[in-house]
Amino acid sequence: MGQARVSSRASSIAKPNDSPYYIGLDRVSEDAYDELENPNGVIQLGLSENRLSLDLIEQWLSRNLNASILGGGGLSIRRIATYQATRDGLWELKVAMAGFMSQIMGRAVSFNPSQLVLTSGATPAIEILCFCLADPGNAFLIPTPYYPGFDRDVRWRTGVELIPVHCRSSDNFILSITALDQAYNQARKRGQKVRGILLSNPSNPVGSILTRETLYDLLDFARDKNIHIVSDEIFAGSIYGGDDFVSMAEILDSEDVDRNRVHIVYGLSKDLSLPGFRVGAIYSWNEHVLTASKRLMRFCSISAPTQRLLIPMLSDTRFTQEYIETNRKRIQSMYDLFVAGLEQLGIKCAKGSGGLYCWADMRELIRPYNEKGELELWDKLLNIAKINVTPGSACHCIEPGWFRCCFTTLSKKHIPLVIERIRKVVETCKPPS
Amino acid sequence: MTQTRIQPRPRTPQSDADASTISGGGPTTAMRVIVPLQGVVQGRGGLVLGSVIPCALFYLLQFYLKRRHRPGPTPTTPPPTLPEAAEGSPPPVHRVQTRSTISPRGSNGQAHVSYRANSIAKQIDTPYYIGLKKASVDPYDEENNPDGFFQLGLAENLLCVDLVQDWIVANAKNSIVGGDLSISGIATYQPSDGLMELKVAVAGFMSRVMERSASFIPSQMILTAGAASAIEMLSFCLADAGNAFLVPSPYSPEDIKWRTGVEIIPVPCRSTDGFSLSITALDRAFTQAKKRGLKVCGIIISNPSNPVGNLLNRETLYSLLDFATENNIHIISNEILAGYSCESEEFVSLVEIIDSEDFDRNRVHIVYGLSKDLSLIGVGMGVIYSFNENVLSASKKLTRFASISAPTQHLLISMLSDTNFVDKFIKTNRERLHRICSEFVVGLKRLGIECVKSNAGFYCWADMRWLICSYSEKGERKLWDKLLNVAKVNVTPGSSCHCIEPGWFRCCFTMLTEKDIPVVMERIAKVSEVCKSHS
Repeated sequence: MGQARVSSRASSIAKPNDSPYYIGLDRVSEDAYDELENPNGVIQLGLSENRLSLDLIEQWLSRNLNASILGGGGLSIRRIATYQATRDGLWELKVAMAGFMSQIMGRAVSFNPSQLVLTSGATPAIEILCFCLADPGNAFLIPTPYYPGFDRDVRWRTGVELIPVHCRSSDNFILSITALDQAYNQARKRGQKVRGILLSNPSNPVGSILTRETLYDLLDFARDKNIHIVSDEIFAGSIYGGDDFVSMAEILDSEDVDRNRVHIVYGLSKDLSLPGFRVGAIYSWNEHVLTASKRLMRFCSISAPTQRLLIPMLSDTRFTQEYIETNRKRIQSMYDLFVAGLEQLGIKCAKGSGGLYCWADMRELIRPYNEKGELELWDKLLNIAKINVTPGSACHCIEPGWFRCCFTTLSKKHIPLVIERIRKVVETCKPPS
Repeated sequence: MTQTRIQPRPRTPQSDADASTISGGGPTTAMRVIVPLQGVVQGRGGLVLGSVIPCALFYLLQFYLKRRHRPGPTPTTPPPTLPEAAEGSPPPVHRVQTRSTISPRGSNGQAHVSYRANSIAKQIDTPYYIGLKKASVDPYDEENNPDGFFQLGLAENLLCVDLVQDWIVANAKNSIVGGDLSISGIATYQPSDGLMELKVAVAGFMSRVMERSASFIPSQMILTAGAASAIEMLSFCLADAGNAFLVPSPYSPEDIKWRTGVEIIPVPCRSTDGFSLSITALDRAFTQAKKRGLKVCGIIISNPSNPVGNLLNRETLYSLLDFATENNIHIISNEILAGYSCESEEFVSLVEIIDSEDFDRNRVHIVYGLSKDLSLIGVGMGVIYSFNENVLSASKKLTRFASISAPTQHLLISMLSDTNFVDKFIKTNRERLHRICSEFVVGLKRLGIECVKSNAGFYCWADMRWLICSYSEKGERKLWDKLLNVAKVNVTPGSSCHCIEPGWFRCCFTMLTEKDIPVVMERIAKVSEVCKSHS
């Protein structure tokens, strides 16, 4: 009689979290700061969630949500809806989503609803694309630093590897094609098949926006090596600082060739502040990918009531326009306040143009100047200052000392508190004068 | 520069030949150049140079000609580096014009799509999916589309839509935007494996549905965005790629293999046994799998079974547990249709058996779901219920790929906690299912089509063996086709359910109303009459 064993893949997934990214998130859920109930709790700066504009969502819902949205339509409509909602996504939602994506990206490009596959969040969208574009053992090139979640999204179940392409502060962490080429060639020498590039734009955790030129260069590179590009554009609407966001879809519009190798991931968790709704999308021109993705959608579909709820919300273009503009202003002012606060402590941030976070340079505060030193500072910040930030090592940053600080879960009045807490730790880290 | 790159020629049959040969008049031309050259060199450089130089020239020429005839490159071929190709990117000139001269090799390359994606895409052509799609885009409606398709291929319950709709009209808004629930309760990140309040509500509901014969502990539940993802997740957790599950056939036409890489080993059940599972057959299949070198990790059963509708009795469940214990494997029991017996036979959950006996709980996992029981259209909600800590821990993390949206969760919490509504719903649902089931089965009987005595109120397993022209899968397919395209009734053929005996069809009747049944029967009659006269 033996022990009922789980699979080896389950064993490795079930292991306790070892990345500071997840450990920090766990700590916050155990001991979350609350102004009244738990003033000494851990303040969350490690989750890129936007709470700045929830009031606008709440207003819309209380004005517009009614029963007919959730359970409406006659029986015949229901018959179609049943199948469609979970197998393909409601058509009206795809239309509304395509319109919203276009609006978010400044109407510089239009999206075709029939090229959309809706999933329960951007997380399964990334996973599905990995299944479709790569076989087990193949790899994607990914610029570092990158969002820690990609390690799970790409590696856990698909068997696809991630090959980091390191970006440096001297380049403002902008991806260089030379580095990409080097990484590609090294992979080939090792016998590893590279199937594509996975990038986030606006980038996470740095917050930079790729220029049009870089996008063209990336497309050239992909064409030359005959690989795919997966562009995670989930922060496209959360931009500030005046730079315009350019989607990969926009540069493809003017170039007819090679649309089959470009795939865009989007979702409502960041730009529309609705991570709880679990809404993501794959946008592709590749018929094979679309067909396979639609089949896989049934493992991660958005429930029909939520789909029905979103149709009027996304179609209310007056609301969405007002929301997008107000939200951007709020992110901008929060960013300004937070970055100014950090500067008071002598901590500078990399130039950010988008995202819900800033990329803080704490290199001078770590001792020794390596990953160990960085983790020690992270630990102090988490356990002494009781602030959860994400250390660069969790994002595979090659330079130690950088930290991602998400500021959109805070309200303005909390910033002085946060800065004060960080100050306490910073004081202990400064070199003796 | 890139402009010196040679344009690849379009594919010709000859260019598919082995890379070491040259197509066309290459060799002859080459020799015409080399031989005299050789002679020249030999006259001056001696034997060695006279051989080496022409050989080198010959190889260079061969190489050049090979390049000219090379077809559009495959993803696995590394680009040959020509000495003239410069490093670095092209100058930043106006893009549109230079496009055609940059990387001509790449513009002919097809970006690789994975083998997995290709095999998934191929599977759309099975009758199950074809029928589903066809019937869904052109559904029957008494007034607006009397010639439309009847969807009997989908086990979705529409019988109590009116009850649910009434409840939604009265309560839905408050359940999502009302009372104590703040916007952050539905908009922000929630635990990916479901809210605890929903788990508590679902545990209570499951227990009620199973007539309180088993009780469920909320902290042992993982909620997912649908029963399909629950089963897929369990497969990932219990088996590695290349391992196998034993599954009694016929089984549900929906596939779980696609991403998990697990093998499904069917354990055939026969009409002579009423399609009930025999432990002997299970044992045989297990032994054969071992001989083939396959590692069997578990058994996946449906109780009630899909598509036949059998209930597994207590005795069989005990034998299954014994079998699993002896062979050290898991059992996944899909109990999504629990509690909807067409006949009054008692449903026994595996959880009930585990509760009462001393079996190793770590090897039993239940899958449940709400889309059938509560006929909430399109609410995908699956449940993994397990006693195994490792499975719970891994599944919880995997729910990042399939979590339920918060508004739906709150809607469900509200609905499932409304005990008056739930009791009324369960009772009414059972009554209507029972009625529709008997009418449908009787209707088929009048046409001479018998069904296996079913205990799952959603479908019946119809014996149309005498209607197929040849007793084979081909014959079955022909009948399916006639039913779909002539009678415009979509039923699921046994072959899609991996049934080894041809001629059986699964007919789901829960999307019908009582008025529809005579119409359906009339349509089926048209086809059955024709088939009768031919056989």
